[in-house]
Amino acid sequence: MSHIEKDEVGAKLGMWLFLFTELLLFGGLFILYAVYLARYPGQFSTGGRQLDLVFGATNTVVLLTSSLLAAMAVTAIKRGARRATLALLSGTLACAGIFLAIKYLEWSAKIRHGIFPDSPRLIAGPPGESVFFGLYYLTTGLHGIHVVIGAALIGWIVAGVKSGAIHAGDNVSLENVTLYWHLVDLVWIFIFPLYYLIL
Amino acid sequence: MTNDTTAHIVSYGKLTAVWTALLVLTAATVLVTRVDLGAAKVWAALAIACLKSGLVIAFFMHMKYETRLFRAILFVALVTLATFIGFTFFDVLYR
Repeated sequence: MSHIEKDEVGAKLGMWLFLFTELLLFGGLFILYAVYLARYPGQFSTGGRQLDLVFGATNTVVLLTSSLLAAMAVTAIKRGARRATLALLSGTLACAGIFLAIKYLEWSAKIRHGIFPDSPRLIAGPPGESVFFGLYYLTTGLHGIHVVIGAALIGWIVAGVKSGAIHAGDNVSLENVTLYWHLVDLVWIFIFPLYYLIL
Repeated sequence: MTNDTTAHIVSYGKLTAVWTALLVLTAATVLVTRVDLGAAKVWAALAIACLKSGLVIAFFMHMKYETRLFRAILFVALVTLATFIGFTFFDVLYR
């Protein structure tokens, strides 16, 4: 047990407050999506049907699995299972890598077909489709940046567990980073049906 | 004393059960949106997404085991977001 006084509840409370600002950030993008969907329902449908359901569904499963591994890592560290913690966090990182690789394939296929912000094809097309793909790139791009940041933070936590700074008695930083990781998963839980399914 | 609220450890079994439920709900949301239900499928997909979020927040994020203060601020954040969405649509739909 650490003899330095640490306020774990305060640390987690701060993390949750930060997560709420993230919620409102993505919430704003979902509001934009909903307003434009109401304005251009037909053109949003045409746009949405061009997205690849297999890529979207696979990434959903990958992120849910990564979240499970991250949550298990918290259980492992609290039980003092250091090696299990490291293995589980590595699994989370592997899932983050798979997610980004799939995202890369998905985006590059779209860009090859001339679908990217300000592309001649979208400018010539109907306005609703161009708005749809603009929001698609903005929302999934911002989400992708969160995946990269989350993965970097998990890497930092892995280093902390390896060095012994994070252990059964002091692991609130691991908990807070996994909270961030779950937020990334939560946002995707809404992106998936809105962009890939309902249109 | 400070460890009391964080001492609750969620078992691997329970976490795996939650993950299984999340996968089942993902399959359900894909299936329900393949059927031509019109606007109903939007609401069905959103309802399932809310249910999945609830599971992630309650178990993966340990909200179920946190103190009342955490649930109160979560509630305030969700009400704020709902207010934004609600007032935006008052404007957009009845303009």
